[in-house]
Amino acid sequence: MSSYSYPDTVAGPYERPPQSVLDREGRQTRITRYDGEFEAVVAMYDAFDPADRAQGIPPIDTSGIREWLELILGAEPTNVLASQEDSVVGHATLVPDGDGAYELAIFVQSSHQEAGIGTALMKGLLGAGRAAGVERVWLSVERWNTPAITLYQNVGFRPQEDGGFERVMTARLASPGGASSEQ
Amino acid sequence: MKVLVGIGGSADGFNALDRTIERSQEAADELTVAVVENPTSSPSPDSVAEMAERRLADAGVAADVVQLAGHPGSELVAMAERQQYDQLVLGGGESSPLGKVSLGQIAEFVVLNATVTVTLIR
Repeated sequence: MSSYSYPDTVAGPYERPPQSVLDREGRQTRITRYDGEFEAVVAMYDAFDPADRAQGIPPIDTSGIREWLELILGAEPTNVLASQEDSVVGHATLVPDGDGAYELAIFVQSSHQEAGIGTALMKGLLGAGRAAGVERVWLSVERWNTPAITLYQNVGFRPQEDGGFERVMTARLASPGGASSEQ
Repeated sequence: MKVLVGIGGSADGFNALDRTIERSQEAADELTVAVVENPTSSPSPDSVAEMAERRLADAGVAADVVQLAGHPGSELVAMAERQQYDQLVLGGGESSPLGKVSLGQIAEFVVLNATVTVTLIR
């Protein structure tokens, strides 16, 4: 899956979670590593706007959501949540691709988009991933999804030169020797 | 109905073939399997054709298996249109490690170019 090329320059810096930020609507937002809040994440995806689904995820029905989350909220993947008051409003994940790199996905509830939460969540995830030893990250995004592509570019991802429906973007979190700019 | 299944050797292609074989038994479709050169999957066209023959024989379905040289998507579309197939069937893509569907390059070309009905099997 990861026969991609990666930028030579290390992306970042990123702050590691936990953090507390105000979103652009002035709402207090906590960026934290996932710590067993399984039902709160299920609730976020249960309420998820189907128009914001990407390439078949998240699944539509609750049992599909649970099955999918059991896969990606396991021990090895890195997961970061954005929460406001008692609700999870965003979730980002790094899942090992079996080839030494990690696939990234991020979801923000439609009611909380365009408020800077995605950027804070991405930076928190990449900071947590780097701390966990992740070196290379890739993601795919529908090529017409300009807001998402812009966000990914702003936090350090670079597009691959390929022409599919999905655009693949990659970022390097540490140099091949393992040293990052934040050691 | 005249149905053309295109496979290149990837798992989603074999899944599409199996499902089309099942369906052709129910619907008495006339089935042809076209093996294309798929740069992203490793088995050779000869061994893919052999695997397809075996699946057809196991199911007791009579179908021609042909091999298409050259650009896979355009060869499939050209064959389907020249020989007046009613439907072109392909694998609908693989899932990424975290479950995103990603459409293969052959499927993408066929969807954008074919004037016959295209079915992507998931």
